Amino acid sequence: MALDRRTDVKPAPKPAPRGGASVHEVRWRDRLDAALDHHRASARDAALRMARQWLTSLMTVLVVAVALSLPATLYVVLDNVRALAGQVEGQAQVSLFLKMDVDERAQRALATRIGQRDDVVKVDVVTREQALAEFRAQSGFGEVLESIEGNPLPGVLVVQPASVAVAEQVREALAKEPQVDIAQLDSGWLQKLAAMLAIGERLAQALGAAFALAVLLVVVNTIRLAIESRREEILVVKLVGATDAFVRRPFLYTGLWFGLAGGLAAAVLVALLVAWVGGPVQALVTLYGSAFVLAGLGIGGSLALVALGALLGLAGAWLAVGRHLRDVEPA
Amino acid sequence: MIVFDRVGKKYDNGHEALKGVSFTLPPGEMTFLTGHSGAGKSTVLKLILLMERASSGTVSVNSMNLNRAGRRDIPALRRSIGMVHQNHHLLFDRSVFDNVALPLVISGFRAPDIDRRVRAALDKVGLLGKEKLSPLNLSGGEQQRVGIARAVVNRPPVLLADEPTGNLDPALAAEIMDLFEEFARVGTSVLIATHDLALIARYRHRLLTLRAGELVQDIGSDAAAWVDGEGDADGP
Repeated sequence: MALDRRTDVKPAPKPAPRGGASVHEVRWRDRLDAALDHHRASARDAALRMARQWLTSLMTVLVVAVALSLPATLYVVLDNVRALAGQVEGQAQVSLFLKMDVDERAQRALATRIGQRDDVVKVDVVTREQALAEFRAQSGFGEVLESIEGNPLPGVLVVQPASVAVAEQVREALAKEPQVDIAQLDSGWLQKLAAMLAIGERLAQALGAAFALAVLLVVVNTIRLAIESRREEILVVKLVGATDAFVRRPFLYTGLWFGLAGGLAAAVLVALLVAWVGGPVQALVTLYGSAFVLAGLGIGGSLALVALGALLGLAGAWLAVGRHLRDVEPA
Repeated sequence: MIVFDRVGKKYDNGHEALKGVSFTLPPGEMTFLTGHSGAGKSTVLKLILLMERASSGTVSVNSMNLNRAGRRDIPALRRSIGMVHQNHHLLFDRSVFDNVALPLVISGFRAPDIDRRVRAALDKVGLLGKEKLSPLNLSGGEQQRVGIARAVVNRPPVLLADEPTGNLDPALAAEIMDLFEEFARVGTSVLIATHDLALIARYRHRLLTLRAGELVQDIGSDAAAWVDGEGDADGP
């Protein structure tokens, strides 16, 4: 009935050629446009209110930013460690020290056989002579060797397994070779690192969840206060017939802006941190002769962080509004 | 169109605000509702706006049975009712224009339409030219008129008013009553809760009198009872 009256009082435009459908379409579009108008107005109003109480808003944004940047930083650290581990992973190798009575030909035959295994990428042969020469050249104990009769060094096969995961398996298999005296895995520490990384990852996930919850609670509380301070206004708007969606809208935008601003600030904080630590890290890795470069969140990661913030802000606002808006009823 | 059918309202604290009240307000009729404070006037208005629900009997507004209306039906109901509140219920952090525009914004009107209608409504209550002011800068009477403009801007089929002329001088009160009559003429059901006997006497519309929650008098606009009916309106 209300609808009928409203169309009644509108100054009739050109009468539609065939009534019903087209009129409905216009009204539908009108309503959509009006809803968009209100979205725009709510978004702007929410931002203006935040700006008017800029100090309080800044505090909230910073709390959100810090809570988001902590797990994000942990993520960056893990990511870098993983990248670093990946760089060394190629060097995971099993050293086979052969028995002293294995001559060069047997050594090469064994190398060829091992090289055919599926879980082995490459086999380098270091003959006893090469080992001796290398030792002389590099160790600085060359003179000591002069006093020893013959060549005390065994032949060595340096085996590179297909991956760190199978390295131990390869070592065990090759240790059973009769010509092998000692089979030594040089990358045991890499496996420990991988295990530690897994722990770190779990930790980061748990911390991330905890801090996400913290962000959610901060936003819920902020929106709850906003609802409380605008109680009168909500009552009036409900009295003149506002739908729940209409009443909810400005608060949802408030939450969205807090989350978005918090996410942006967090991305900036992490970028600043990476820049701040980047110099010393560079100095350190240069000492190790590595080409490793400290990575930040990158564009994708930063965008994901901002999106996460926005999502948490919106979700927090939604929770607060669902919980508290029903309590404000005109009576 | 408002129909009360043997409506009772008992509040949680045991107070029985309405007992078996029945009346029908057809479209285009203007009706006064009077009685002592506490006689149930506000309860009648609250039931129509679904701020409260009847404990017994049936209330229906614009052929919508309010007993069966859910939470989701409330906004549409309230949009079809213009309400002038005694304490105005204005938003003091917004301009007069924005206050009056509120029902239109909620109903989904667009800016040019809103502009035209708000100006028309403000013109009718004599506040054109004050639309940019805050209600805080207006007198009590002017605030009341802002409330009236907001109630009529949407041209609702039902218009309720709680002491609408309380803060207005007689000349202005007369203008506002003329405005209400104009709405009744084009088919709006108008219900005015008031203590103002002089007003009731002057306009001689239908009169409902409540006493301790019961409808004790229902005098039609053309009833002979009017000859001595005025004195009973508010009792001793």
